Amino acid sequence: MIGAEGQRTGPGTIGVVAIAAAVLVFLIAPVAIIVIVSFSGADYLSFPPPRLSLRWYARFFGTPEWRQSIVVSVQVASLTMVFATVLGLAASLSLVRGRFRGKGAVYAVLLSPMIVPTIITAIGLYFFFVKLKATGSILAMAVGHTVLALPVVVIIITATLQGFDLRFELAALSLGASRVTALRRVTLPLIAPGVVSAALFAFLTSFDELLIPLFLAGVEVQTLTVRVWNSLRLEVDPTIAAVSSFLIAVTCAVLGASALLRRRTDV
Amino acid sequence: MAAPERVSAGAEVRLQGLTKLFGPVVAVSDVSITVPAGSFFTLLGPSGSGKTTTLMMVAGFVHPSRGSIAIDGIDVAALPPQKRDLGMVFQSYAVFPHLTVAENIAFPLEVRKVSAADIRRRVGEVLELVRLTGYERRLPRQLSGGEQQRVALARALVFHPRVLLMDEPLGALDKKLRGHMQGELKRIQRHLHVTVIYVTHDQEEALTMSDRVAVMRGGRTEQVGTPAELYESPVSPFVADFVGESNFLDGLVVSTNPDGSAVVRAEGGLELRGVSREPLQVGQRVVAAVRPEKIVPQEARDSELNRGKGVVDQVVYVGDATRYAVALGAAGTLTVKVQNRLASRPLAIGDLVELAWDAGDTRLFARAVP
Amino acid sequence: MKVDGIALVTAPATAADRRETRQYLLLLLPALLTLGAFFVYPLFGILLRSIYKNGYTLESYRQVVGTSVYLMVIALTFRTAAVVTLIALLLGYPLAYVLATVRPRLARVLVVIVVLPFLTSIIVRTYAWMVLLGRNGVVNHYLQALGLTDGPLRLLYNQAGVVVGMTYVLLPFMVLTLASAMRGIDPALLRAAHSLGASRWQAFRRIFLPLSTPGIAGGTLLVFILSLGFFITPALMGGPSDVMIAMLIEREVEFTLNWSFASTLAVILLLLTLVGFAVYYRLMRLERLFEGLG
Repeated sequence: MIGAEGQRTGPGTIGVVAIAAAVLVFLIAPVAIIVIVSFSGADYLSFPPPRLSLRWYARFFGTPEWRQSIVVSVQVASLTMVFATVLGLAASLSLVRGRFRGKGAVYAVLLSPMIVPTIITAIGLYFFFVKLKATGSILAMAVGHTVLALPVVVIIITATLQGFDLRFELAALSLGASRVTALRRVTLPLIAPGVVSAALFAFLTSFDELLIPLFLAGVEVQTLTVRVWNSLRLEVDPTIAAVSSFLIAVTCAVLGASALLRRRTDV
Repeated sequence: MAAPERVSAGAEVRLQGLTKLFGPVVAVSDVSITVPAGSFFTLLGPSGSGKTTTLMMVAGFVHPSRGSIAIDGIDVAALPPQKRDLGMVFQSYAVFPHLTVAENIAFPLEVRKVSAADIRRRVGEVLELVRLTGYERRLPRQLSGGEQQRVALARALVFHPRVLLMDEPLGALDKKLRGHMQGELKRIQRHLHVTVIYVTHDQEEALTMSDRVAVMRGGRTEQVGTPAELYESPVSPFVADFVGESNFLDGLVVSTNPDGSAVVRAEGGLELRGVSREPLQVGQRVVAAVRPEKIVPQEARDSELNRGKGVVDQVVYVGDATRYAVALGAAGTLTVKVQNRLASRPLAIGDLVELAWDAGDTRLFARAVP
Repeated sequence: MKVDGIALVTAPATAADRRETRQYLLLLLPALLTLGAFFVYPLFGILLRSIYKNGYTLESYRQVVGTSVYLMVIALTFRTAAVVTLIALLLGYPLAYVLATVRPRLARVLVVIVVLPFLTSIIVRTYAWMVLLGRNGVVNHYLQALGLTDGPLRLLYNQAGVVVGMTYVLLPFMVLTLASAMRGIDPALLRAAHSLGASRWQAFRRIFLPLSTPGIAGGTLLVFILSLGFFITPALMGGPSDVMIAMLIEREVEFTLNWSFASTLAVILLLLTLVGFAVYYRLMRLERLFEGLG
């Protein structure tokens, strides 16, 4: 620790570490408890569960409405992933490679959805799509999520591009390749891990999002998160714990895949 | 110039068997040094030689694995850094960026609960000592590197420490400024009689400023002595090469004398006379070291002198002197350094030249068996 | 754009350069158009709706400012944000300190523990606290089992629940901002303080703490601004009287169907947020983020 060399471990240090440890537990415990509780064999959610069972998962995957929501969430997230990554990749290339003025302003605009409270973005989209009678549309939700995911994609890919050694591309050019070929055969493969990472986070951003699909939902077309929200308003159904664990698993999967990618590319 | 009151002279620092291991890595091995009170003592060595780690142990930021550190006879091993009453100047200055110059210097006095009036007075005195009067209200970011260095020094001196530790403090300054600061540091140290332990890799700096120098290598002290001792009587090829410059010639001992001199046959049949600290045996492999400035490009009139004949391969003009690389054929190449005086005749590449140097300037070292 | 420190020409010179610039600008277009159509345009729609109700009028704004109910909602929003920010700071500072000062390998593990819940959906995190704080929830169960209370405590559907839930969601923002700022503090400064005689407490109070102030300012501002716009957590964990601005907006859109009034509230929230971020930008000198773009 800073300044701790040569010092004895005093009460101050122990206090700080204790608080830090407590806060860490505070951060991870709720998530861990939900996962554990979702395997509860009892009729209610108790911790620790008296017996383990998969009944809530059975209920989750067995109920057509929940299954339908999984499909909706996956569809919306997949579309979002494609849209955001394509748009974001193009924009990032332009920002990092292009030569024009006003880049700061462009960057700010691309990041602005992060600054505006999501509730405002959500109702804006709602007013927009209601007029088009497009609520309940998967496409509409994907578009809305793309707006939210775009900043994330741009941040990740611009960082990747800035870390990319331009000289690889220059070498390709000096060897006779056209600009497009150099981009296609040298740059893109090398930045692919960053792009895939950005795509995964775009997927996750969409999958986890609640406010936008809440306003844009149709009676039948509800994402997983929206259905959880509606269920919570009615009753505390233990099935929700299973759904939550599922959502947590998706998050872990994305984080894990992203970390694996980074390790594969780090020399 | 008003002189700050010297309450007491510097302390003697005694390191005994000091060792530090970082896992399997031996950073410092069995270092035993006595730093006389009030002296300027330098730890000199290349990076990784353990000099900074040794200093950090004296300061208290690193726990020794073995050995003891005594300041004026008192073992300080159990004391944390803040209780050792040592002044320290870091390589990066470590001047507090959010405090003014005066606040920086006042810091150790405030921690010691000195009265505000006394603080003001003593800050003023020490600012005068480092020639920064008038800078009280400036912030570190408004100061140059050299000025920050002086603030760090003032801060470390204001509470009258008995020992001042300095970790390569002048490394970031340009040559002219460094030379100037070296003089200033020496002046201040002599004035205050504070013991200084100075760490550097710059052998010129060490020679200029120190009363005594410990050359360190691989965690051990290779030689401890005055600058003159180190330069004129190095105990090993490493010291001969690290302190100043040396030419090295491998050879075999042909004959020895009781007074410590010996005759050595080097490669290519070149015969040399040299002196050695350790007794040598006939047939022993040795390396002969002679400094470039001890070699003179002239005919050896005196048969007692070592001589060699060769062709000038390279001429480098360095302003105050000219360096020549003279190829001696099978014996190798010798670097010769000649002061540029009107009387000295400059040589050109391709010139045939005779070299002469004193046997007493040729030091012989036993060669480690490969 | 710099390669090997040699700056490549920024302004396009030849026709080929100009073509290239056009191509790059073309790449930018789809993203900007998408945002323009589905983000900027809807925002303007909201702005318009807030000032148009049978003609251009600021009546909605006057209504908000003039009615005590709405002012109380705004006040509650601010108060909740302030409380959450303060608690997040007190809890987050020690953790950030540990994060910033331990060995890199351990720090990476700790960051994962901080970031994992952070990336989980807010609804999951909020639900987790509902399970924990409910009448028959985990916390009450253990409090009673340990004999600390007689009956179940009301930890949910009130301000306490809202504060706990929001703090939980926003803590990672505070911790990561603080830790980032703390990592910039030169350890040599603390060593210098010790060498000058300062105890660990003195070194912390007089050197480390002041130097961490920019991080504190950034973290608190960020958490505060984000708290203002919260909807999900207060909606699920608060009681009937715990209404924050975002909840009011939703109510006006979904139930009262008073879109213009909802838009007014949205504009007010947006303005507060933008002002907050402007200050934050200046504070953290975020311009540095943009410097790397050639």
